[in-house]
Amino acid sequence: MRRRDQRLIMIATAGAVLVAAMALTFWGLRDSVVYFVAPSELSERAQPGQRVRLGGLVVEGTLRRDADGAMRFAVTDGAVQVEVRYDGVLPDLFREGQGVVAEGSWQPGQAFEAERVLAKHDETYMPREVAEAIKQRGEWKGDTPQ
Amino acid sequence: MIAEIGAFTAMLALALSLAQGLLGLTGARNEPRAGAAAALAQSSAWIAAISFACLIALFVRSDFTVAAVAANSHVDKPLLYKIAGAWGNHEGSMLLWSFVSAVFGAVLASTRGAQTQSLWARGVGVQGLVTAGALIYTLFLSNPFARLDPAPMQGSGLNPLLQDPALAAHPPLLYLGYVGLSVPFSLAIAALIEGKADQAWAKALRPWTLAAWTFLTLGIGLGSYWAYYELGWGGWWFWDPVENASFMPWLVAGALVHSAIVTERRGSIASWTILLAIMGFGLALLGTFLVRSGVLTSVHAFAVDPRRGIAVLVLLAVALGIGFTLYALRAPKLAQPAGFAAVSRESMLVWNNFGLAIAAGVVLIGTLYPLLVEALGGGLISVGPPFFNMTVAPLLGALFLILPFGPMLSWRVGDIAASAKKLAPAALLALATMIITLVLSQWRAIPAIGLALGVWLIAGGLVYVWTRVQRGEGRMLRKLALLPLAVWSMSAAHIGAGVLTLGAVAETAFRREQAALLNPGESVDFVGRRVTLLEVGEAEGPNYSSTRANFRIERDGAVQRMSAERRFYPTSPMPTTEVGILSSIDGDLYVALGDAARGESAWTVRLYYNPLVHLIFIGAIMMALGGALSLLALARRKRSGA
Repeated sequence: MRRRDQRLIMIATAGAVLVAAMALTFWGLRDSVVYFVAPSELSERAQPGQRVRLGGLVVEGTLRRDADGAMRFAVTDGAVQVEVRYDGVLPDLFREGQGVVAEGSWQPGQAFEAERVLAKHDETYMPREVAEAIKQRGEWKGDTPQ
Repeated sequence: MIAEIGAFTAMLALALSLAQGLLGLTGARNEPRAGAAAALAQSSAWIAAISFACLIALFVRSDFTVAAVAANSHVDKPLLYKIAGAWGNHEGSMLLWSFVSAVFGAVLASTRGAQTQSLWARGVGVQGLVTAGALIYTLFLSNPFARLDPAPMQGSGLNPLLQDPALAAHPPLLYLGYVGLSVPFSLAIAALIEGKADQAWAKALRPWTLAAWTFLTLGIGLGSYWAYYELGWGGWWFWDPVENASFMPWLVAGALVHSAIVTERRGSIASWTILLAIMGFGLALLGTFLVRSGVLTSVHAFAVDPRRGIAVLVLLAVALGIGFTLYALRAPKLAQPAGFAAVSRESMLVWNNFGLAIAAGVVLIGTLYPLLVEALGGGLISVGPPFFNMTVAPLLGALFLILPFGPMLSWRVGDIAASAKKLAPAALLALATMIITLVLSQWRAIPAIGLALGVWLIAGGLVYVWTRVQRGEGRMLRKLALLPLAVWSMSAAHIGAGVLTLGAVAETAFRREQAALLNPGESVDFVGRRVTLLEVGEAEGPNYSSTRANFRIERDGAVQRMSAERRFYPTSPMPTTEVGILSSIDGDLYVALGDAARGESAWTVRLYYNPLVHLIFIGAIMMALGGALSLLALARRKRSGA
């Protein structure tokens, strides 16, 4: 092969890989992006079955266990409460009255089915999304608790 | 008094680094000035060491008149965590960053090597400015020596999750890696000012990139191991922004390690190597920004202060702005000697760089996309593991497919057919792995391909060692002993990548998890094991109390015991999970103890079976070992004067 042909082959392969990577990225961002919703926006912003992150405060006194071992609790942004069901061990930092992010989906007439529940390493931390949602509702009390 | 000495010495180190920067940059043609810059680099490192020692002393003595100590320490803490507390917080970690940068500057100043004086002087100068930038940020935006008035009687304690030997070592290792990338950056800027990046320059660059990559590998591996056993989620990698922040510099450092070889050996792709060096440091700074600014929601929480985030962003903009501007002006003038064929060692290394750089780019897009969407008013989103799995995995897969060919091909023009013939046994083994996995997993293609790639890397690496052994003379042992260290180091790193791939694929595809509600005495069957909760009792640790559950595990007649804990630290309102891990050759049984349900005697127990998970950490250690051996090979070569 002549040097020019070789260079052409390399550039063509590189171009193909680049295009494939860009296509994958574009496709991936379209399909696997998870939207954050506050409890009051859940039914309008998320289709039933669509994977979303539901963020809010865990309502005091709502944490209980189903007969099958799954945990149930309510999440609120001050306006609407959403019942969440999670079949798993809640994270160490999970507390009633504190911020939480539940990733999962909802079906009409059923509780929000969480596949992942995120609380933060730091007990003083409030998930940013929750803070935004509560601010939007105008129920923000003071600045980020530090 | 110690705090004042610490602050004063940090300020002094800042002045010395600034002087080092000015003298170094202007000392290119002036021997006395360059010598002065080198001396300043040494003294600034010693002074920064005193400052950092002061901070450690403050933590050890639990001096709660200092804000950083009061916020992160406690008299009851074991000594190790008092010391580790010095860098377990934002302010202290930034001082560590500056200290490491100053030390690297001093080492750079003392290893003039074969470089021209002007290049060396300028490199030392740029490194001085990097140290100065870090110190300015530390002193003016996150001063670890700031006093607190009135001083509290007791500190608020280090987050219990961070009181762990692995996490005591994690930040220093990661910072050695991040800051290690600042030296290639300094050398790259020096080369651009100089308008020359030759083989001697690449030779000076290599040990730094190798060291940075090795430290990053160790730091990330340790962090991942910590997340695995401490967080109690059974996972080891979450594609969290904070993890990505360290993964991107690691990918670019990996590319740089390889491209520097090409530039050193053949003098080619010098401008690409320079670009990588600039981007590597840029990503390290971006990582610091992402972790410290709190702009991205992360499962790892850190101090959130927008002012600090903006300051890091300014430093990032300055570093990248100067870097890219110089690059645009000077790179076209750099000589580009020595071409190479489409199939050759060089071309394989170029493909490696291409793959790693694109992977870093994809991770960057995925990590920053939520910020972009939010800025454009598209709402709050998160880009989760599915995105990274579907983009990064195929890219790295393609890279791994061609990797074993790299070492087999010779420089300039390689013989693909001969290499393929030698690699045929490895390919057959990989194919067999794929078919067996397909059958056993009921035709799940992705894990089959993943495991086959892992086997391909391992077997390909072994084939390469074998071909090199055959070239030697004498008996087998003698041949093995005579193999160059560089062969061992490269093979350890490549085989380590294969081992890691096996573990990662097996763990991701075949893990099992189950939650059970157990009363003492009750059992549950889980992946061929019978797990019985024996009893739950209370225990006392040095600075915590714990609830400990003991389990009996029966498997094929063999009985083993394990325990899992929940720890309560009086300084923290949150309990932490200490999981129980029972390792066997096929993987880990992992047990996390949950809450006792309200008004019930039963305990929630979460069981995970993580097949081959230990291979992930063994693979990471092998890769780091490869890096370390490679450094040793470079050092030996230098000593023998070759």
